Amino acid sequence: MNKAAKTVGGTSGENRPFIYREYSPEQLKGALRKMYLIRQFEEGAEESYMRGLIHGTMHLSIGQEATAVGVCLPLAEQDQIASTHRGHGHCIAKGAEISRMFAEFFGKTTGYCKGRGGSMHIADVNSGNLGANGIVGGGIPIAVGAALTAKRLKTGNVVISFFGDGANNEGAFHEALNMASLWKLPIVFICENNNYGMSTSVERSTAVKYISERAAGYSMPGVTIDGNVVSEVAEAVHAAVSRARRGDGPTLIEAKTYRHRGHSKSDRNRYRTREEIDDWVTNRDPIKLFEAELKEFGIIDEQGIASIREETKSEIEAGIEFARNSPSPDVVDLERYVYTEPA
Amino acid sequence: MDDMPRELSYAQAIQEAMAIAMERDERVFLMGEDIGVYGGAFQVTGDLVERFGTDRVMDTPISELGGAGVAVGAAVTGLRPIFEFQFSDFATLGMEQIVNQAAKMRYMLGGEVSVPVVMRFPAGSGTGAAAQHSQSLEAWLGHVPGLKVIQPATPHDVKGMLLAAIEDPDPVMIFEHKLLYKMKGPVPEGYYTVPIGKAEIRREGNDLTIVATSIMVHKSLEAARELEQEDISVEVIDLRTIRPMDREAVIASVRKTSRLLCVYEGVKTLGVGAEVSAMIAESEAFDYLDAPIMRLGGAETPIPYNPELEKAAVPQVPDIVKAARDLVKGAR
Repeated sequence: MNKAAKTVGGTSGENRPFIYREYSPEQLKGALRKMYLIRQFEEGAEESYMRGLIHGTMHLSIGQEATAVGVCLPLAEQDQIASTHRGHGHCIAKGAEISRMFAEFFGKTTGYCKGRGGSMHIADVNSGNLGANGIVGGGIPIAVGAALTAKRLKTGNVVISFFGDGANNEGAFHEALNMASLWKLPIVFICENNNYGMSTSVERSTAVKYISERAAGYSMPGVTIDGNVVSEVAEAVHAAVSRARRGDGPTLIEAKTYRHRGHSKSDRNRYRTREEIDDWVTNRDPIKLFEAELKEFGIIDEQGIASIREETKSEIEAGIEFARNSPSPDVVDLERYVYTEPA
Repeated sequence: MDDMPRELSYAQAIQEAMAIAMERDERVFLMGEDIGVYGGAFQVTGDLVERFGTDRVMDTPISELGGAGVAVGAAVTGLRPIFEFQFSDFATLGMEQIVNQAAKMRYMLGGEVSVPVVMRFPAGSGTGAAAQHSQSLEAWLGHVPGLKVIQPATPHDVKGMLLAAIEDPDPVMIFEHKLLYKMKGPVPEGYYTVPIGKAEIRREGNDLTIVATSIMVHKSLEAARELEQEDISVEVIDLRTIRPMDREAVIASVRKTSRLLCVYEGVKTLGVGAEVSAMIAESEAFDYLDAPIMRLGGAETPIPYNPELEKAAVPQVPDIVKAARDLVKGAR
């Protein structure tokens, strides 16, 4: 624990939630900035989609920013993540550049995947993001494999495996958790429970009340937390990452959250009520909750928030501009990257 | 060739290749079900666990999907896993990781990663193991861009091609016919590789080209020896790799012999022979054909248990002799 960080931010520091004791005001403002970046990135992507600049589909995580940012806050730069089809937030939180992400969505050669992956396969290996995944649960065993590498090569890295509530009923989830626990691998499983696997609620899909109960079957700690509260997320992940780094094995964290938007661009929202959506948007928005805390503890004021918002807004605009002006891949390169080219 | 060459069985050759690779490169390790103290269902890993320890000869739970995924994740992040599916039939349980992840990851990420994983698949019929332990599913994986799929037919080739596969930066799927495991043949000592993507002419001939894979190479050679008595000269090509396929070798041979017979154990329809036939039909060799192209493949049934039925379900030497004779004598 960072002693200097503990004392900053006012007199009643010791009673404040975890992140206010653990991180400096600059780090906390940085976390808010990332949440805004994610929110505005997705709004920008959505708007670009509506305007026909982006084709295909995308899965927006608006409303889930506290989980992405709270999970990545305690990580070291070289720690790795394996993400999901709803993975824009993870990618940004782990340190990707907005401009190269937009370029990928626009299908351009300057994109992280040179226009071959798009939203559903966004990755930034250099910042430790092994990639989003179009297959529910597909990234979980891969994350376990990355953790096996970390253990074998003694890199000291911890791997974060993101997945949604839907994935908790995939075989890959169960096989992967079992092996990770069996081999005491340095990995943390983060279930972002937004309560719906497409249209099917957890209640209708999952035999246990809390997905974290699954952990007992694999002899690892399991906790359920409020995924819309940055501090709760960061505190649970901090403990799990420390445990993993010590060599004590994995943890399953269920972060309860909510996606404000539909599953994808085809969603008519027939499986949930307007009241339910409004309640989450109005009363439990993770950015609003975080801002209220930051203001309460005197870390930032309205003006500070406004200037962060302006800053991120121009970053988004510049990113979209960069993407629009970037070159498209040449069709003659269609078959590039299928196999490694001989050196 | 001059001295009496050392002989090893096909299974021993695989084991030797894995041992050499593990000696040469710390990153190489083995994963699979019962490959440790048990030695593998076909004793291919044998006693390697005693030499390399349980970290590098790693028993997995019976979790083909998860295990394959762990191998993929380990490969992407810097290790060189060799994952054994206990039977190739169990590829069905791991298909998600093989097809959606291993094969596509490099492409989806615009070349930012490579997936140097080797997956081994004991395949084929003839052991009385019936429908769920006897399939030849190589064409399934051969259909997937991003994978390389090999079917070495001899102890020499399996050692060299496995070592090439381990060196390869891309995912390589190796199908090993179970009836080959005990077959002996000359195997050089030490490290060598046999290139992936190159066919081998096993026997030269002028009247007919047989393109065969895996155990069918040996059956075709036996048929060729019988046909020699009838003055029919058969060229036998061991395809060795089904993706990427050595088109040039097959086209050159068919141009020479003007007749083509494909022999493979996988189900005939939509199999390896269909691809070879179509490839010739599209090539300049088509103009040289003196007879229709013919395929001998597995019957359109699951592999049955009864030994006589089991034999009847895949091409046998007399089937090859008859088909070749018919093609050359113009009965077809």
